[in-house]
Amino acid sequence: MAVLPNAGADALLMTPTPLADWLVVAPAVLPLLVGAFLIIVRKRLHWQAPVAITTLALVSLASIALLARVWSEGTLVMTMGRWLPPFGISFTVDLLGALFAVANSLIALGCAISASRRVIRSSRRYGYFAFLVLTAAGVNGTFTTGDIFNMYVWFEVFLISSFGLLVVGSTRAQLDGTMKYGVLNLIGTTLFLIATGLLYGIVGTLNMADIMRKLPLIEAAPLMTLATLYLLAFGMKAAAFPVHAWLPASYHTPENATSAYFGGVLTKVGVYALFRVLVMMFPVQLLELQTVVAWVAGSTMMLGALGALAQNDLRRMVGFQVILGVGVMMAGLAIGSAPGLAGGIFYALHSMVAISAAYLLVGVIERRSGSASLNALGGLWKDVPLLGAIAFVLVLSLGGLPPGSGLWPKVMLVQAALEAGRGWLTAAVLVSSLLSVIALGRFFLLTFWRPSSTESRSKHDGTPRVLGVLTVVAIVMGLYPEPFVAAAVRASDGLLDPAAYINAVFGEQG
Amino acid sequence: MKTLIFRTVAPYLTALMLLFSVFILLRGHNEPGGGFIGGLIAASAFAIYGIAFGVPATRRAMWFHPIAIAGTGLLIAALSGLTGLFSGTPLLTGVWTKSPIIGFDISNVIIFDIGVYLVVAGAVSSIALALESTEDNH
Amino acid sequence: MEAVMSLLVGCFFAAGVYLMLSKAIIRILIGIVLFGNAVNLLIFTAGRITREAPPVIAPDMDRLTGIAANPLPQALILTAIVISFSFFAFLLVLALRTYQELGSDNTVQMRVAEPEGDTLPPLGY
Repeated sequence: MAVLPNAGADALLMTPTPLADWLVVAPAVLPLLVGAFLIIVRKRLHWQAPVAITTLALVSLASIALLARVWSEGTLVMTMGRWLPPFGISFTVDLLGALFAVANSLIALGCAISASRRVIRSSRRYGYFAFLVLTAAGVNGTFTTGDIFNMYVWFEVFLISSFGLLVVGSTRAQLDGTMKYGVLNLIGTTLFLIATGLLYGIVGTLNMADIMRKLPLIEAAPLMTLATLYLLAFGMKAAAFPVHAWLPASYHTPENATSAYFGGVLTKVGVYALFRVLVMMFPVQLLELQTVVAWVAGSTMMLGALGALAQNDLRRMVGFQVILGVGVMMAGLAIGSAPGLAGGIFYALHSMVAISAAYLLVGVIERRSGSASLNALGGLWKDVPLLGAIAFVLVLSLGGLPPGSGLWPKVMLVQAALEAGRGWLTAAVLVSSLLSVIALGRFFLLTFWRPSSTESRSKHDGTPRVLGVLTVVAIVMGLYPEPFVAAAVRASDGLLDPAAYINAVFGEQG
Repeated sequence: MKTLIFRTVAPYLTALMLLFSVFILLRGHNEPGGGFIGGLIAASAFAIYGIAFGVPATRRAMWFHPIAIAGTGLLIAALSGLTGLFSGTPLLTGVWTKSPIIGFDISNVIIFDIGVYLVVAGAVSSIALALESTEDNH
Repeated sequence: MEAVMSLLVGCFFAAGVYLMLSKAIIRILIGIVLFGNAVNLLIFTAGRITREAPPVIAPDMDRLTGIAANPLPQALILTAIVISFSFFAFLLVLALRTYQELGSDNTVQMRVAEPEGDTLPPLGY
């Protein structure tokens, strides 16, 4: 079995693969295996949550180990099926991918723990945890793959699992939301496929490192069209301004932990893909597109802020905060310089934590008061001061005020935008932050400080541990941002100079 | 679809189609065919059975829940890629073994294809049965 | 040949987009199917249309001799077909459930998740 014929030595990898290299695929393959297992045993309700939580804990450990290795050794590669790149699909993990994979795995773990106590029995039977684990697998696959078509396949893996996650429980609102989410996201990924098909027609390869190598050598090709198509496709997945409508229509409908996971992670997949594809593969075209991206980013931010101001339902308000965050990350893309991209990456990490925590917080408030309407809520500070403190920290984080985690990435972005001479974008970041602080402050004021109008209170169901941990992470990111800033800066350097990425894939060939 | 002719033919048709689907699956190793198309044929076989005898009878005849079949297939397909763990090769590397007893080579490629067959057969028949069962309600 | 295929792809896209602009869910779904088929044809055309031999290595050789067809676009199309097929099947079941629950397949009337006339948040304390 291990004796390989020498015939294909110029097409096949001949050196044995060390066991440690399997770390590269572990964050995607491990949850895939366990997700399949959970589907088989979906009737055994008491197995589902423990197995899912254990798996996601292992996946988190594997992602952290992967991050540590990438941090010390640089980009890691594993090419499927022993075919040398670009023939085999290369899983290529650079710092950006590893960072996002760690964040995704940890937040999936948090949401699984949070869901384990609450997901209603019927939805658990229909495989809630199997879908959650498979969605995490798809997202991790997207973050770790180095092949553009494979990225499309991982997109579809997490998309179809997320349909399941979204519709589990099958309330009328969920069916309505899932229908819109499903159709619009399917169109978005089809656009991704169109762009990829045309790209293959031009470059003749799908390996991203190979594309980065070959695209600059190609003259007279409709590359601008391709870059715009990718911008549209990933912008749709990220819920950027003109193509955002599916998000406010669906993210508030499912089980709370699902909303937390979706709002925290799934839109960031679109942002990640934008960073990966536009910055690394189409840098020249991105320069031309920067004004468009800046407009999109600015209007997304303003839409998110104004939408959050107009919502009465807390969950829908958080939904617009998600959109606002996407706008801020895209501002990093619009600036395009290293500090700008670093700010965008740091903001994405902050947003994953803070948005998930915000959805979980809304869930606790909803269970406590039986309502998520700003008109009905009140007096929670007296009842649960700890929850009030958590809410206060999250309000500061999301609004970008010290000591919350949102402050530093916004400072980085504003600085970078001013350096790049993008005054309007700076204004949009600052004004949308102000509006968002008003919306969030009103939420805090009305929900916690206003005297309660109703007396009926349901009993509090345990301390929200996951919410507490996420809040602590948010404070840590705000008070001690150095490691995150350093990681984001290194990740953005890797994006702007793809030589290391290309060398990691093709190094053995010279 | 309660006509006598259809109800008489359906079991034979289902059995034949299932047999044919396995043939297509195995043929796919070296010639046109494969797990996906085989799985589709198997799923159509169950769909025909469902049209003739109703969804509950089909579920009983399938014995396993279609979603469980799909999950098993996914697990088999994913596991088949892991053979590289033991031979020092990357994920999804093809491994062939000579087996003098049964007269043909066994590889993880065919195991992967069997996994695909089960995924497609399970997932598509579960969707077909879902569509058929809602028809019965009306 | 490429020109004819491009025209065909264009017709598929036009029909798909037209159907997706409809209000009825079922038409949108059919539009998505046409859209997906247009993409498959597009990848097929982008992968160059050739009339060469299949890329099968003869038993006594260890590499291809002569020009052979490129199998990769076909593999991509197969993947895309499988994915779009499963998505369509899922969305079809979902559309049926939605129709049964909401009593409408008109997207304008589907306002359960975002109810019309939702109250504004309070303006004062």
